[in-house]
Amino acid sequence: MRWVNRQVGRGGRVLLGAVPILLLLLIYIVMAANRHAMNPADKILPLPGAMAQSMSALLFVPDQLTGQLVFWADTLASLQRLGIGLGISTLMALTVGLALGALPPVRATFGPLVTGIAVIPPIALLPILFIALGLGETAKVALIVVGIAPVMIRDIAAHVGALPREQIIKALTLGANSWQVMIRVALPQAMPRLLHAIRLALGPAWVFLISAEAIASDVGLGYRIFLVRRYLSMDVILPYVAWIALLAILMDLALTFLSRRLFPWAHGESH
Amino acid sequence: MSTLLSFRDVWVEYGDRIIIEKLNLEIEEGSFVSVVGPSGAGKSSFLRLILGQEGPSQGTILMDGTPLKPECGPDRGVVFQRYSVFPHLTALRNTILGMECEKAPVFGRLFGSARRAAEEEAREMLTAVGLGHSLDLYPAQMSGGMQQRLAIAQALVKRPRILLLDEPFGALDPGIRADMHKLIRSLWRERALTIVMVTHDIREAFTLGTRVLALDKRRHDPHAPHRFGATVVYDLPMRERPEEESDESEIITIDVNSNN
Repeated sequence: MRWVNRQVGRGGRVLLGAVPILLLLLIYIVMAANRHAMNPADKILPLPGAMAQSMSALLFVPDQLTGQLVFWADTLASLQRLGIGLGISTLMALTVGLALGALPPVRATFGPLVTGIAVIPPIALLPILFIALGLGETAKVALIVVGIAPVMIRDIAAHVGALPREQIIKALTLGANSWQVMIRVALPQAMPRLLHAIRLALGPAWVFLISAEAIASDVGLGYRIFLVRRYLSMDVILPYVAWIALLAILMDLALTFLSRRLFPWAHGESH
Repeated sequence: MSTLLSFRDVWVEYGDRIIIEKLNLEIEEGSFVSVVGPSGAGKSSFLRLILGQEGPSQGTILMDGTPLKPECGPDRGVVFQRYSVFPHLTALRNTILGMECEKAPVFGRLFGSARRAAEEEAREMLTAVGLGHSLDLYPAQMSGGMQQRLAIAQALVKRPRILLLDEPFGALDPGIRADMHKLIRSLWRERALTIVMVTHDIREAFTLGTRVLALDKRRHDPHAPHRFGATVVYDLPMRERPEEESDESEIITIDVNSNN
Protein backbone atom coordinates (compact mmCIF):
# COMPACT_ATOMS: atom_id res chain seq x y z
CA MET A 1 0.00 0.00 0.00
CA ARG A 2 1.23 3.47 -0.87
CA TRP A 3 2.07 5.74 2.07
CA VAL A 4 -0.33 8.50 1.03
CA ASN A 5 -3.17 6.01 1.59
CA ARG A 6 -2.06 4.68 4.94
CA GLN A 7 -4.52 5.94 7.49
CA VAL A 8 -3.50 5.71 11.15
CA GLY A 9 -6.14 4.89 13.73
CA ARG A 10 -6.63 6.80 16.96
CA GLY A 11 -4.63 4.42 19.10
CA GLY A 12 -1.92 4.20 16.48
CA ARG A 13 -1.65 7.96 16.31
CA VAL A 14 -1.08 8.26 20.06
CA LEU A 15 1.50 5.51 19.94
CA LEU A 16 3.35 6.89 16.90
CA GLY A 17 3.23 10.43 18.28
CA ALA A 18 4.74 9.31 21.59
CA VAL A 19 7.65 7.45 19.97
CA PRO A 20 9.88 10.42 18.99
CA ILE A 21 9.18 12.23 22.28
CA LEU A 22 10.08 9.21 24.37
CA LEU A 23 13.12 8.60 22.17
CA LEU A 24 14.36 12.15 22.78
CA LEU A 25 13.84 11.75 26.55
CA LEU A 26 15.74 8.48 26.47
CA ILE A 27 18.63 10.02 24.53
CA TYR A 28 18.76 12.88 27.02
CA ILE A 29 18.84 10.59 30.03
CA VAL A 30 21.55 8.40 28.50
CA MET A 31 23.69 11.45 27.70
CA ALA A 32 23.09 12.97 31.15
CA ALA A 33 24.01 9.70 32.85
CA ASN A 34 27.17 9.53 30.72
CA ARG A 35 28.25 13.00 31.71
CA HIS A 36 27.50 12.34 35.36
CA ALA A 37 29.54 9.11 35.27
CA MET A 38 32.52 11.22 34.21
CA ASN A 39 31.79 14.24 36.42
CA PRO A 40 29.22 13.83 39.23
CA ALA A 41 28.99 17.63 39.61
CA ASP A 42 27.98 18.23 35.95
CA LYS A 43 25.51 21.11 35.57
CA ILE A 44 24.91 21.11 31.82
CA LEU A 45 22.71 18.01 31.57
CA PRO A 46 21.09 17.55 34.99
CA LEU A 47 19.47 14.23 35.88
CA PRO A 48 15.70 14.15 36.55
CA GLY A 49 16.36 13.75 40.28
CA ALA A 50 18.31 17.01 40.43
CA MET A 51 15.60 18.80 38.45
CA ALA A 52 12.89 17.53 40.80
CA GLN A 53 14.91 18.63 43.80
CA SER A 54 15.53 22.19 42.66
CA MET A 55 12.02 22.55 41.28
CA SER A 56 10.42 21.39 44.53
CA ALA A 57 12.24 24.22 46.28
CA LEU A 58 10.73 26.70 43.83
CA LEU A 59 7.33 25.02 43.93
CA PHE A 60 6.78 24.50 47.64
CA VAL A 61 9.28 26.59 49.65
CA PRO A 62 8.45 30.29 50.05
CA ASP A 63 11.18 32.65 48.92
CA GLN A 64 13.08 34.09 51.88
CA LEU A 65 13.01 37.62 50.49
CA THR A 66 9.43 37.94 49.17
CA GLY A 67 7.68 35.10 50.98
CA GLN A 68 6.16 33.93 47.69
CA LEU A 69 6.25 30.51 46.09
CA VAL A 70 8.61 31.47 43.27
CA PHE A 71 7.37 29.11 40.57
CA TRP A 72 3.72 30.03 41.01
CA ALA A 73 4.44 33.74 41.31
CA ASP A 74 6.40 33.52 38.03
CA THR A 75 3.62 31.62 36.31
CA LEU A 76 0.94 34.00 37.52
CA ALA A 77 2.88 37.11 36.51
CA SER A 78 3.65 35.75 33.03
CA LEU A 79 0.14 34.48 32.37
CA GLN A 80 -1.29 37.79 33.49
CA ARG A 81 0.92 39.74 31.07
CA LEU A 82 0.20 37.27 28.29
CA GLY A 83 -3.53 37.31 29.00
CA ILE A 84 -3.84 41.09 29.04
CA GLY A 85 -1.70 41.38 25.91
CA LEU A 86 -3.70 38.74 24.07
CA GLY A 87 -6.98 40.22 25.27
CA ILE A 88 -6.19 43.71 24.06
CA SER A 89 -4.87 42.38 20.76
CA THR A 90 -7.97 40.25 20.25
CA LEU A 91 -10.26 43.16 20.90
CA MET A 92 -8.28 45.34 18.51
CA ALA A 93 -8.25 42.64 15.86
CA LEU A 94 -11.99 42.28 16.13
CA THR A 95 -12.93 45.95 16.01
CA VAL A 96 -10.23 47.34 13.73
CA GLY A 97 -10.05 44.21 11.56
CA LEU A 98 -13.81 44.18 11.10
CA ALA A 99 -13.95 47.86 10.16
CA LEU A 100 -10.97 47.53 7.81
CA GLY A 101 -12.38 44.46 6.13
CA ALA A 102 -15.98 45.56 5.79
CA LEU A 103 -15.75 49.28 5.07
CA PRO A 104 -13.69 50.29 1.99
CA PRO A 105 -13.18 53.93 3.10
CA VAL A 106 -11.78 52.78 6.45
CA ARG A 107 -9.54 50.30 4.65
CA ALA A 108 -8.29 53.03 2.32
CA THR A 109 -7.54 55.33 5.27
CA PHE A 110 -5.96 52.99 7.80
CA GLY A 111 -4.85 49.99 5.74
CA PRO A 112 -1.41 51.40 4.87
CA LEU A 113 -0.83 52.46 8.49
CA VAL A 114 -1.63 49.00 9.84
CA THR A 115 0.58 47.42 7.18
CA GLY A 116 3.37 49.84 8.08
CA ILE A 117 3.18 49.00 11.77
CA ALA A 118 2.96 45.29 11.02
CA VAL A 119 6.28 45.20 9.17
CA ILE A 120 8.29 46.87 11.98
CA PRO A 121 10.12 44.23 14.03
CA PRO A 122 8.45 44.65 17.45
CA ILE A 123 11.66 44.05 19.38
CA ALA A 124 13.09 47.14 17.69
CA LEU A 125 10.30 49.10 19.37
CA LEU A 126 11.09 47.68 22.81
CA PRO A 127 13.50 50.51 23.77
CA ILE A 128 10.87 53.06 22.74
CA LEU A 129 8.30 51.28 24.85
CA PHE A 130 10.61 51.13 27.86
CA ILE A 131 11.47 54.83 27.47
CA ALA A 132 7.89 55.92 26.95
CA LEU A 133 6.09 53.59 29.35
CA GLY A 134 8.74 52.85 31.94
CA LEU A 135 10.01 49.42 32.93
CA GLY A 136 6.75 48.26 34.55
CA GLU A 137 3.98 45.98 33.40
CA THR A 138 2.65 48.39 30.77
CA ALA A 139 5.71 48.19 28.57
CA LYS A 140 5.69 44.38 28.60
CA VAL A 141 2.01 44.17 27.72
CA ALA A 142 2.49 46.87 25.10
CA LEU A 143 5.28 44.84 23.46
CA ILE A 144 2.98 41.84 23.14
CA VAL A 145 0.22 44.02 21.70
CA VAL A 146 2.53 45.80 19.26
CA GLY A 147 3.95 42.44 18.27
CA ILE A 148 0.81 40.47 17.55
CA ALA A 149 -2.11 42.90 17.10
CA PRO A 150 -1.17 44.18 13.61
CA VAL A 151 -0.84 40.65 12.25
CA MET A 152 -4.14 39.63 13.79
CA ILE A 153 -5.86 42.77 12.49
CA ARG A 154 -4.61 42.11 8.98
CA ASP A 155 -5.70 38.49 9.18
CA ILE A 156 -9.23 39.38 10.27
CA ALA A 157 -9.47 42.23 7.77
CA ALA A 158 -8.37 39.93 4.95
CA HIS A 159 -10.84 37.26 6.03
CA VAL A 160 -13.74 39.70 6.20
CA GLY A 161 -12.69 41.26 2.89
CA ALA A 162 -12.71 37.83 1.29
CA LEU A 163 -16.30 37.05 2.24
CA PRO A 164 -18.18 36.33 -1.00
CA ARG A 165 -19.54 39.54 -2.51
CA GLU A 166 -22.83 37.70 -3.02
CA GLN A 167 -23.32 37.44 0.75
CA ILE A 168 -22.94 41.18 1.26
CA ILE A 169 -25.29 41.91 -1.66
CA LYS A 170 -27.78 39.43 -0.27
CA ALA A 171 -27.67 41.10 3.14
CA LEU A 172 -28.24 44.49 1.52
CA THR A 173 -31.26 43.17 -0.38
CA LEU A 174 -32.58 41.94 2.97
CA GLY A 175 -32.55 45.54 4.13
CA ALA A 176 -29.31 45.53 6.13
CA ASN A 177 -27.33 48.73 6.58
CA SER A 178 -23.53 48.85 6.92
CA TRP A 179 -23.65 48.33 10.67
CA GLN A 180 -25.97 45.34 10.36
CA VAL A 181 -23.79 43.80 7.65
CA MET A 182 -20.87 44.14 10.03
CA ILE A 183 -22.49 42.67 13.13
CA ARG A 184 -24.78 40.09 11.55
CA VAL A 185 -22.78 38.89 8.53
CA ALA A 186 -19.10 39.79 8.95
CA LEU A 187 -18.63 39.53 12.72
CA PRO A 188 -20.00 36.01 13.27
CA GLN A 189 -18.05 34.69 10.33
CA ALA A 190 -14.88 36.39 11.59
CA MET A 191 -15.15 34.77 15.04
CA PRO A 192 -13.78 31.30 14.19
CA ARG A 193 -11.02 32.99 12.25
CA LEU A 194 -10.31 35.17 15.28
CA LEU A 195 -9.81 32.13 17.51
CA HIS A 196 -7.54 30.71 14.83
CA ALA A 197 -5.61 33.99 14.72
CA ILE A 198 -5.17 33.87 18.50
CA ARG A 199 -3.78 30.35 18.21
CA LEU A 200 -1.28 31.47 15.61
CA ALA A 201 -0.39 34.58 17.64
CA LEU A 202 0.30 32.56 20.81
CA GLY A 203 3.80 31.62 19.63
CA PRO A 204 4.96 35.18 18.90
CA ALA A 205 3.19 36.41 22.05
CA TRP A 206 5.33 34.07 24.17
CA VAL A 207 8.46 35.23 22.36
CA PHE A 208 7.71 38.87 23.12
CA LEU A 209 6.75 38.08 26.70
CA ILE A 210 9.98 36.20 27.41
CA SER A 211 12.02 38.93 25.69
CA ALA A 212 10.45 41.70 27.72
CA GLU A 213 10.84 39.73 30.94
CA ALA A 214 14.44 38.86 30.16
CA ILE A 215 15.38 42.51 29.73
CA ALA A 216 13.60 44.20 32.60
CA SER A 217 11.52 42.42 35.22
CA ASP A 218 11.61 41.05 38.75
CA VAL A 219 9.20 38.17 38.39
CA GLY A 220 8.03 35.96 35.52
CA LEU A 221 8.91 32.73 33.76
CA GLY A 222 11.23 34.47 31.28
CA TYR A 223 12.86 36.49 34.06
CA ARG A 224 13.59 33.35 36.07
CA ILE A 225 15.13 31.51 33.11
CA PHE A 226 17.44 34.40 32.33
CA LEU A 227 18.25 34.91 36.02
CA VAL A 228 19.35 31.37 36.76
CA ARG A 229 21.28 31.22 33.47
CA ARG A 230 24.03 33.06 35.35
CA TYR A 231 24.52 30.00 37.56
CA LEU A 232 24.22 27.51 34.68
CA SER A 233 21.12 26.16 36.46
CA MET A 234 19.92 23.87 33.72
CA ASP A 235 17.99 21.98 36.42
CA VAL A 236 15.65 25.00 36.64
CA ILE A 237 15.76 26.18 33.03
CA LEU A 238 14.70 22.85 31.50
CA PRO A 239 11.61 22.34 33.71
CA TYR A 240 10.64 25.97 33.15
CA VAL A 241 10.88 25.55 29.37
CA ALA A 242 8.84 22.35 29.59
CA TRP A 243 6.25 24.19 31.70
CA ILE A 244 6.01 26.99 29.13
CA ALA A 245 5.55 24.41 26.39
CA LEU A 246 2.82 22.70 28.40
CA LEU A 247 1.00 26.00 29.01
CA ALA A 248 1.19 26.85 25.31
CA ILE A 249 -0.18 23.44 24.31
CA LEU A 250 -3.04 23.73 26.80
CA MET A 251 -3.99 27.17 25.48
CA ASP A 252 -3.90 25.90 21.93
CA LEU A 253 -6.11 22.92 22.79
CA ALA A 254 -8.53 25.13 24.71
CA LEU A 255 -8.89 27.49 21.75
CA THR A 256 -9.46 24.62 19.33
CA PHE A 257 -12.06 23.13 21.64
CA LEU A 258 -13.74 26.50 22.09
CA SER A 259 -13.93 27.08 18.35
CA ARG A 260 -15.50 23.68 17.69
CA ARG A 261 -17.91 24.15 20.54
CA LEU A 262 -19.00 27.71 19.76
CA PHE A 263 -18.90 27.66 15.96
CA PRO A 264 -19.86 24.18 14.81
CA TRP A 265 -20.93 25.54 11.42
CA ALA A 266 -17.34 26.53 10.68
CA HIS A 267 -15.99 23.02 11.16
CA GLY A 268 -17.30 20.97 8.29
CA GLU A 269 -20.57 19.15 8.00
CA SER A 270 -20.27 16.89 10.99
CA HIS A 271 -21.75 18.87 13.76
CA MET B 1 -50.60 44.86 -16.20
CA SER B 2 -48.69 47.97 -15.17
CA THR B 3 -45.09 48.63 -15.91
CA LEU B 4 -42.77 47.89 -13.00
CA LEU B 5 -39.36 48.54 -14.47
CA SER B 6 -38.45 50.60 -17.48
CA PHE B 7 -35.06 51.06 -19.09
CA ARG B 8 -34.67 54.31 -21.04
CA ASP B 9 -31.72 54.35 -23.42
CA VAL B 10 -29.42 52.61 -20.94
CA TRP B 11 -25.68 52.19 -21.60
CA VAL B 12 -23.11 50.40 -19.47
CA GLU B 13 -19.47 51.15 -20.17
CA TYR B 14 -16.27 50.18 -18.38
CA GLY B 15 -13.60 52.53 -19.67
CA ASP B 16 -13.75 52.22 -23.45
CA ARG B 17 -15.45 48.82 -23.26
CA ILE B 18 -19.14 48.99 -24.01
CA ILE B 19 -21.11 46.22 -22.34
CA ILE B 20 -24.72 47.26 -22.90
CA GLU B 21 -25.78 49.79 -25.49
CA LYS B 22 -29.03 51.60 -26.07
CA LEU B 23 -31.24 49.33 -24.04
CA ASN B 24 -34.92 50.25 -24.07
CA LEU B 25 -37.15 47.89 -22.22
CA GLU B 26 -40.28 47.70 -20.12
CA ILE B 27 -40.93 44.93 -17.63
CA GLU B 28 -44.52 44.46 -16.52
CA GLU B 29 -45.58 43.67 -13.02
CA GLY B 30 -46.27 39.98 -12.56
CA SER B 31 -44.19 38.80 -15.50
CA PHE B 32 -41.59 36.05 -15.41
CA VAL B 33 -38.78 37.26 -17.63
CA SER B 34 -36.03 34.87 -18.68
CA VAL B 35 -32.80 36.41 -19.92
CA VAL B 36 -30.54 34.35 -22.16
CA GLY B 37 -27.51 35.14 -24.26
CA PRO B 38 -23.94 34.06 -24.90
CA SER B 39 -21.23 34.62 -22.31
CA GLY B 40 -20.05 38.21 -22.23
CA ALA B 41 -23.30 39.57 -23.62
CA GLY B 42 -24.02 41.60 -20.54
CA LYS B 43 -26.48 39.27 -18.81
CA SER B 44 -24.80 39.75 -15.47
CA SER B 45 -24.46 43.50 -16.02
CA PHE B 46 -28.15 43.62 -16.82
CA LEU B 47 -28.95 41.88 -13.55
CA ARG B 48 -26.54 44.08 -11.59
CA LEU B 49 -28.31 47.13 -13.03
CA ILE B 50 -31.68 46.01 -11.72
CA LEU B 51 -30.13 44.90 -8.46
CA GLY B 52 -28.54 48.31 -8.03
CA GLN B 53 -25.09 46.83 -7.63
CA GLU B 54 -24.04 49.29 -10.33
CA GLY B 55 -25.66 52.21 -12.09
CA PRO B 56 -25.95 52.85 -15.83
CA SER B 57 -23.26 54.98 -17.51
CA GLN B 58 -26.00 56.75 -19.46
CA GLY B 59 -29.77 56.62 -19.42
CA THR B 60 -32.18 55.96 -16.63
CA ILE B 61 -33.85 52.98 -15.05
CA LEU B 62 -37.24 53.65 -13.52
CA MET B 63 -38.96 51.46 -11.00
CA ASP B 64 -42.61 52.36 -10.44
CA GLY B 65 -41.84 55.61 -12.23
CA THR B 66 -39.01 56.74 -9.94
CA PRO B 67 -35.32 56.46 -10.84
CA LEU B 68 -33.57 53.46 -9.34
CA LYS B 69 -30.79 54.25 -6.86
CA PRO B 70 -27.51 52.49 -7.67
CA GLU B 71 -27.54 50.65 -4.35
CA CYS B 72 -29.09 47.35 -3.35
CA GLY B 73 -32.22 47.60 -1.29
CA PRO B 74 -34.95 45.46 0.23
CA ASP B 75 -37.38 46.11 -2.66
CA ARG B 76 -35.31 43.83 -4.90
CA GLY B 77 -34.61 40.28 -3.75
CA VAL B 78 -31.91 38.12 -5.25
CA VAL B 79 -30.86 34.48 -5.45
CA PHE B 80 -27.38 33.79 -6.78
CA GLN B 81 -26.02 30.52 -8.06
CA ARG B 82 -23.93 30.18 -4.89
CA TYR B 83 -23.21 31.99 -1.59
CA SER B 84 -26.79 33.21 -1.27
CA VAL B 85 -27.25 31.96 2.28
CA PHE B 86 -25.27 32.71 5.41
CA PRO B 87 -23.25 29.69 6.55
CA HIS B 88 -23.25 30.72 10.22
CA LEU B 89 -27.04 30.77 10.60
CA THR B 90 -29.59 27.96 10.64
CA ALA B 91 -32.35 27.93 8.03
CA LEU B 92 -34.76 29.67 10.37
CA ARG B 93 -32.25 32.31 11.45
CA ASN B 94 -31.27 32.86 7.83
CA THR B 95 -34.89 33.56 7.00
CA ILE B 96 -35.68 35.92 9.87
CA LEU B 97 -32.54 37.98 9.20
CA GLY B 98 -34.40 40.16 6.73
CA MET B 99 -37.09 41.00 9.28
CA GLU B 100 -34.53 41.55 12.01
CA CYS B 101 -32.61 44.05 9.88
CA GLU B 102 -35.76 46.04 9.27
CA LYS B 103 -37.05 46.13 12.83
CA ALA B 104 -33.86 46.17 14.90
CA PRO B 105 -31.51 48.77 13.45
CA VAL B 106 -29.08 48.79 16.39
CA PHE B 107 -28.74 45.19 17.53
CA GLY B 108 -29.83 43.51 14.31
CA ARG B 109 -31.70 40.99 16.46
CA LEU B 110 -35.25 40.60 17.65
CA PHE B 111 -36.28 39.41 21.09
CA GLY B 112 -39.45 38.25 22.79
CA SER B 113 -42.79 38.45 21.03
CA ALA B 114 -41.44 40.33 18.00
CA ARG B 115 -39.03 37.49 17.47
CA ARG B 116 -41.68 34.84 17.86
CA ALA B 117 -43.81 36.63 15.28
CA ALA B 118 -40.89 36.81 12.88
CA GLU B 119 -40.11 33.14 13.43
CA GLU B 120 -43.72 32.23 12.75
CA GLU B 121 -43.65 34.08 9.45
CA ALA B 122 -40.30 32.55 8.54
CA ARG B 123 -41.57 29.09 9.39
CA GLU B 124 -44.51 29.55 7.04
CA MET B 125 -42.23 30.70 4.26
CA LEU B 126 -39.83 27.81 4.79
CA THR B 127 -42.73 25.38 4.73
CA ALA B 128 -43.90 26.95 1.47
CA VAL B 129 -40.54 26.22 -0.17
CA GLY B 130 -40.43 22.70 1.30
CA LEU B 131 -37.99 23.23 4.15
CA GLY B 132 -40.55 22.88 6.95
CA HIS B 133 -38.59 20.02 8.47
CA SER B 134 -35.14 21.55 8.17
CA LEU B 135 -35.53 24.70 10.24
CA ASP B 136 -32.51 24.08 12.43
CA LEU B 137 -30.06 22.86 9.83
CA TYR B 138 -27.02 24.90 8.89
CA PRO B 139 -26.44 25.43 5.15
CA ALA B 140 -23.41 23.13 5.24
CA GLN B 141 -25.75 20.31 6.27
CA MET B 142 -28.05 20.94 3.31
CA SER B 143 -27.89 19.84 -0.31
CA GLY B 144 -27.49 22.38 -3.08
CA GLY B 145 -31.21 22.29 -3.84
CA MET B 146 -32.15 22.88 -0.22
CA GLN B 147 -29.76 25.82 -0.03
CA GLN B 148 -31.41 27.40 -3.07
CA ARG B 149 -34.84 26.82 -1.55
CA LEU B 150 -33.60 28.56 1.57
CA ALA B 151 -32.23 31.45 -0.48
CA ILE B 152 -35.62 31.86 -2.16
CA ALA B 153 -37.46 31.80 1.16
CA GLN B 154 -34.97 34.30 2.59
CA ALA B 155 -35.62 36.69 -0.29
CA LEU B 156 -39.41 36.26 -0.36
CA VAL B 157 -39.86 37.04 3.32
CA LYS B 158 -39.02 40.64 2.44
CA ARG B 159 -41.85 40.68 -0.13
CA PRO B 160 -39.64 42.25 -2.78
CA ARG B 161 -41.19 44.11 -5.71
CA ILE B 162 -39.03 42.07 -8.01
CA LEU B 163 -37.11 38.82 -7.53
CA LEU B 164 -33.84 38.42 -9.41
CA LEU B 165 -32.45 34.98 -10.08
CA ASP B 166 -28.86 34.70 -11.31
CA GLU B 167 -28.54 31.20 -12.75
CA PRO B 168 -30.18 29.88 -9.61
CA PHE B 169 -30.37 26.27 -10.72
CA GLY B 170 -27.14 26.07 -12.71
CA ALA B 171 -25.27 24.09 -10.07
CA LEU B 172 -28.04 21.57 -9.38
CA ASP B 173 -28.41 18.16 -10.93
CA PRO B 174 -31.25 17.57 -13.38
CA GLY B 175 -33.77 15.86 -11.08
CA ILE B 176 -33.52 18.53 -8.43
CA ARG B 177 -33.57 21.21 -11.09
CA ALA B 178 -36.97 19.96 -12.28
CA ASP B 179 -38.30 20.11 -8.70
CA MET B 180 -36.98 23.64 -8.37
CA HIS B 181 -38.66 24.65 -11.65
CA LYS B 182 -42.00 23.53 -10.28
CA LEU B 183 -41.35 25.32 -7.01
CA ILE B 184 -40.42 28.65 -8.56
CA ARG B 185 -43.27 28.46 -11.04
CA SER B 186 -45.83 27.84 -8.32
CA LEU B 187 -44.40 30.52 -6.04
CA TRP B 188 -44.56 32.95 -8.93
CA ARG B 189 -48.18 32.08 -9.61
CA GLU B 190 -49.43 31.98 -6.03
CA ARG B 191 -47.64 35.04 -4.77
CA ALA B 192 -47.99 37.15 -7.92
CA LEU B 193 -44.24 37.73 -8.08
CA THR B 194 -42.30 39.59 -10.71
CA ILE B 195 -39.24 37.54 -11.59
CA VAL B 196 -36.22 38.25 -13.77
CA MET B 197 -34.10 35.15 -14.26
CA VAL B 198 -30.74 35.01 -15.99
CA THR B 199 -29.92 31.54 -17.26
CA HIS B 200 -27.64 29.61 -19.58
CA ASP B 201 -30.24 26.92 -20.02
CA ILE B 202 -32.38 27.81 -23.06
CA ARG B 203 -34.93 25.13 -22.26
CA GLU B 204 -35.33 26.44 -18.75
CA ALA B 205 -35.74 29.96 -20.09
CA PHE B 206 -38.58 28.95 -22.40
CA THR B 207 -40.41 26.61 -20.03
CA LEU B 208 -40.42 28.95 -17.05
CA GLY B 209 -40.67 32.43 -18.51
CA THR B 210 -43.69 34.33 -19.75
CA ARG B 211 -41.25 36.34 -21.79
CA VAL B 212 -37.78 35.51 -23.04
CA LEU B 213 -35.18 38.21 -23.67
CA ALA B 214 -32.08 37.35 -25.67
CA LEU B 215 -29.17 39.70 -25.10
CA ASP B 216 -26.45 39.89 -27.74
CA LYS B 217 -24.46 42.33 -29.79
CA ARG B 218 -26.29 43.65 -32.82
CA ARG B 219 -23.13 44.77 -34.54
CA HIS B 220 -19.67 43.33 -34.44
CA ASP B 221 -16.41 45.06 -35.31
CA PRO B 222 -13.72 42.38 -35.71
CA HIS B 223 -10.96 44.93 -35.10
CA ALA B 224 -12.47 46.37 -31.94
CA PRO B 225 -14.96 43.85 -30.58
CA HIS B 226 -15.26 45.73 -27.30
CA ARG B 227 -16.61 48.89 -28.94
CA PHE B 228 -20.10 47.50 -29.48
CA GLY B 229 -22.30 46.55 -26.58
CA ALA B 230 -25.12 44.09 -26.26
CA THR B 231 -28.79 44.86 -26.28
CA VAL B 232 -32.05 42.95 -26.53
CA VAL B 233 -32.00 41.19 -29.90
CA TYR B 234 -35.04 38.97 -29.37
CA ASP B 235 -37.98 39.73 -27.14
CA LEU B 236 -40.34 36.77 -27.26
CA PRO B 237 -43.62 36.69 -25.41
CA MET B 238 -44.52 33.14 -24.40
CA ARG B 239 -48.01 31.85 -24.83
CA GLU B 240 -49.78 31.44 -21.52
CA ARG B 241 -49.53 27.75 -20.79
CA PRO B 242 -52.24 25.88 -18.95
CA GLU B 243 -50.88 25.44 -15.45
CA GLU B 244 -50.37 21.98 -14.06
CA GLU B 245 -53.05 20.28 -12.02
CA SER B 246 -53.50 21.83 -8.62
CA ASP B 247 -52.58 18.64 -6.79
CA GLU B 248 -49.19 18.96 -8.39
CA SER B 249 -48.52 21.99 -6.27
CA GLU B 250 -48.68 19.76 -3.21
CA ILE B 251 -45.85 17.69 -4.56
CA ILE B 252 -43.75 20.77 -5.01
CA THR B 253 -43.17 21.15 -1.34
CA ILE B 254 -42.63 17.48 -0.73
CA ASP B 255 -39.51 15.75 -1.86
CA VAL B 256 -40.92 12.94 -3.98
CA ASN B 257 -37.62 11.46 -4.99
CA SER B 258 -36.18 12.07 -1.53
CA ASN B 259 -33.03 13.20 -3.25
CA ASN B 260 -33.15 16.72 -2.00
